[in-house]
Amino acid sequence: MLSFIIRRLLVAIPTLLILVTISFTLMHAAPGGPFTNERKVPEAVMKNIEAKYHLDQPLWKQYLYYLGDLVQGDLGPSFKYKDHTVNELISSSFPRSAYIGVLSFVIVVLLGVGIGVVAALNHNRWPDYAGMTFAMSGVMLPNFVLAPLCVMIFAVYLKWLPAGGWEGGRIEYLILPIVAMATSYVAQVARITRGSMIETLNSTFIQRARAKGLPRTHIILRHALKPAMIPVISYLGPAFVGIVTGSVVVDKVFSTGGIGQHFVNGAINRDYSLILGVTILVGALTIFFNALVDILYTVLDPRIRY
Amino acid sequence: MKTLHLFAGATMLAAAFTLSGCGGSGDEPVSVAPKAEAAQVSQMDAKSGAKQPGSATTRMHPVTGEPLSAEQVLVRGNGSEPGSIDPQLVDDSVGGAVVNDLFEGLTSSGADGQLMPGVAESWSASEDFKTWTFKLRHNAKWSDGEPVTANDFVYSWRRAVNPEVGSNYAYYMEVAGVANSTAIVNGEKPITELGVKALDDYTLQVSLEVPVTYLPIMVSHYTTYPSPQRAVEKYKGDWTKPGNIVSNGAYKLKEWSVGEKMVAVRNEHYWGNANTIINEVVYLPIDDTVAEMQRFEAGEMHHTNTVPVSQMERIKQDMNDELISVPKLATYMYQFNLQEKPFDDVRVRKALSYAIDRDIIVKYITKGGQTPAYSITPPEVNGFHYVAPEISKMTQAERDAEAVRLLNEAGYNKDNPLVFDLVYNTSEGHKSIAVAISQMWKEKLGAIVTPTNMEWKTFLTEKAAGNFKVARYGWNGDYNEASTFLTLMLSNSGNNDGKWSNAEFDKLLADARNSTDPAPFYEKAEQILSEEMPVAPIYFYRGLRMVSPQLGGYATNNPLDIAYAKDMYIKAQ
Repeated sequence: MLSFIIRRLLVAIPTLLILVTISFTLMHAAPGGPFTNERKVPEAVMKNIEAKYHLDQPLWKQYLYYLGDLVQGDLGPSFKYKDHTVNELISSSFPRSAYIGVLSFVIVVLLGVGIGVVAALNHNRWPDYAGMTFAMSGVMLPNFVLAPLCVMIFAVYLKWLPAGGWEGGRIEYLILPIVAMATSYVAQVARITRGSMIETLNSTFIQRARAKGLPRTHIILRHALKPAMIPVISYLGPAFVGIVTGSVVVDKVFSTGGIGQHFVNGAINRDYSLILGVTILVGALTIFFNALVDILYTVLDPRIRY
Repeated sequence: MKTLHLFAGATMLAAAFTLSGCGGSGDEPVSVAPKAEAAQVSQMDAKSGAKQPGSATTRMHPVTGEPLSAEQVLVRGNGSEPGSIDPQLVDDSVGGAVVNDLFEGLTSSGADGQLMPGVAESWSASEDFKTWTFKLRHNAKWSDGEPVTANDFVYSWRRAVNPEVGSNYAYYMEVAGVANSTAIVNGEKPITELGVKALDDYTLQVSLEVPVTYLPIMVSHYTTYPSPQRAVEKYKGDWTKPGNIVSNGAYKLKEWSVGEKMVAVRNEHYWGNANTIINEVVYLPIDDTVAEMQRFEAGEMHHTNTVPVSQMERIKQDMNDELISVPKLATYMYQFNLQEKPFDDVRVRKALSYAIDRDIIVKYITKGGQTPAYSITPPEVNGFHYVAPEISKMTQAERDAEAVRLLNEAGYNKDNPLVFDLVYNTSEGHKSIAVAISQMWKEKLGAIVTPTNMEWKTFLTEKAAGNFKVARYGWNGDYNEASTFLTLMLSNSGNNDGKWSNAEFDKLLADARNSTDPAPFYEKAEQILSEEMPVAPIYFYRGLRMVSPQLGGYATNNPLDIAYAKDMYIKAQ
């Protein structure tokens, strides 16, 4: 197990390096740069600005500069948000997204698995239909529709909740972002859990347990749930990264100041260092949680060993 | 010393001059409220405290007499996250809006765009308008209590042109004609050679390379605001952060949460603090217009940054009183690429421009009170003598007939149609306009036009490289003077992507630059543009906002779309 973890960590470094290299190349291949503006400035001024950010250097040199800083944990200055470094932008926005994300994730797991299990146990009866109707609508209703809809109902008409803001993460500011964040994931998890659970309940070892006369709840909780969770866990690993690294929609609709905004703004503004910064963050988290999922498999399924 | 009434059309300058003693008479806007009343406000402020709901004595506005809310917290919609709030580095309107509240320049812009004194109390020019002297008020203070002196301006102006600072707006100093600015930007001279000098702590002298009669207007722009040398040198790139920042305007920054909000609080040391009513200003950077509208409707902000065009009908029906349309010195145009055939033919350009029914565009598409444009320079620009061009006096039917005639003459008709792509940067608004206009061109001229969208930076890059035939173009004036628009079309202008070149036009603008009365030159230059049609002006922008009825003092008639928080107040409900 320990050697497995070490191996995964060692693979992570070249993986991240490849990620940085590809992102760096793609980014510079995109037309325009951070200082391409409608209001064009005289050449001399542009030269001064480019010199300040090393953009006048050949690309390979810029790449080496970047790697040099990266090794020291410095993600560089933001090209667009000139008063901030990328480290500052990420360290102020990521915790907010992660906070919303972790809370959403707890709800996704509890509600998603709960609905899935109930639906599977009542296969082809009304709780199943109700659960799956919810799941289908949750999957079909994209959050860029759901989020403004929630704001309209709960903030504009009912005035129960604020329409946006963060305010230190007070609970009333979190509810709508969490709903917008979690709904489609809950729906997905419910569907996957239901399918997997139905399959497990039909497998021979469960039938055998039933034949032995074990109590129903015991069969479900002790024998069926664990193996049924494997496909759910495979889904939740990457989904967790997606949830904690925030959402563009949530950040744009609710102005939470999360990290999701930087993905889109970074690309639109050609804010090279910001794009790379958030890419590295997501890359590292993805690698980490995929490894974690692999470890969880061994816990859930004794046949899996590394 | 020349008195200012010499140049026509500059009544604003004259007005400012009479004001320059400060204080002003009773009919002046809120910011220069008579001293006695203002003092009374601050006294009451001290007694009752800023927040005391249901206090027995409701404060009244010293000028309008409206009852004021006990809680004076202003929440402003500010579009998107500012790129910077360093006066010399700001290059977007949203950063500018914050900087305008935090800092103050030599002059400022009044509710109707009239020139107002800022840190400078009075100013005067030499006979040839090449040397300007600004007298600074003695009571102007930084938020740390230090006095604002002429040296602060010398420092910040040098910063603006300093190649190491790399300001996007360094060229602003060149436009203003400040001596040696170009040489310094090019790295040929040290920054100390810049034509700005502190004669003493409260006298600033500016030397120009050319006569600039409108310099006082230009120094109300944020690039010319002072920067606190001690804070900049101490904190370097972090000097604009809350806690580090020192500013000389009515407010100082308290909190900056990227993507959520910025919060500024009253600067107790500001010279006009006694006249300021708003205690705290919150800026919300919401770039999604629908989300911003929802925040407004939920009662969480006092004014928005813009209005979603898609909801215009509903807003006009339900909330027409809260919808305001502010004049804006900005022009929406289509630019022709002269390097591409047949757009080098003036008949083709004119035909396309004439066939655009601008009334339909402003009435059914933009819907926000925009006005049809037949010139690049908006008629209300200061010092510009607008002469309605021929095209504006015709009926649309006459224009259409003329368009068909011109295009036929150029050899294009329904059998031999003009075929080209019309490019615009991706946006619903630009798309609707492009679709409508290409339809007009098709119906009237038989032209086959494909509207094509491009992502913003791709669009800019392609356009700059000359890879277009006809492209959408918008221009927002930097200052209230015609040259900010007309210089776009100079042969050597970096913004002239269509590569139209006209020696007479260039000469007129060069002459205007060297003249103390540029208006006649501008008039002729605009005439050339209307004959040559290197761009087809479509409409003049308006700034659209939702403004809560609770908010008072919002400047709805400032052509530069500037509304200072210090002039506003929250009315009691």
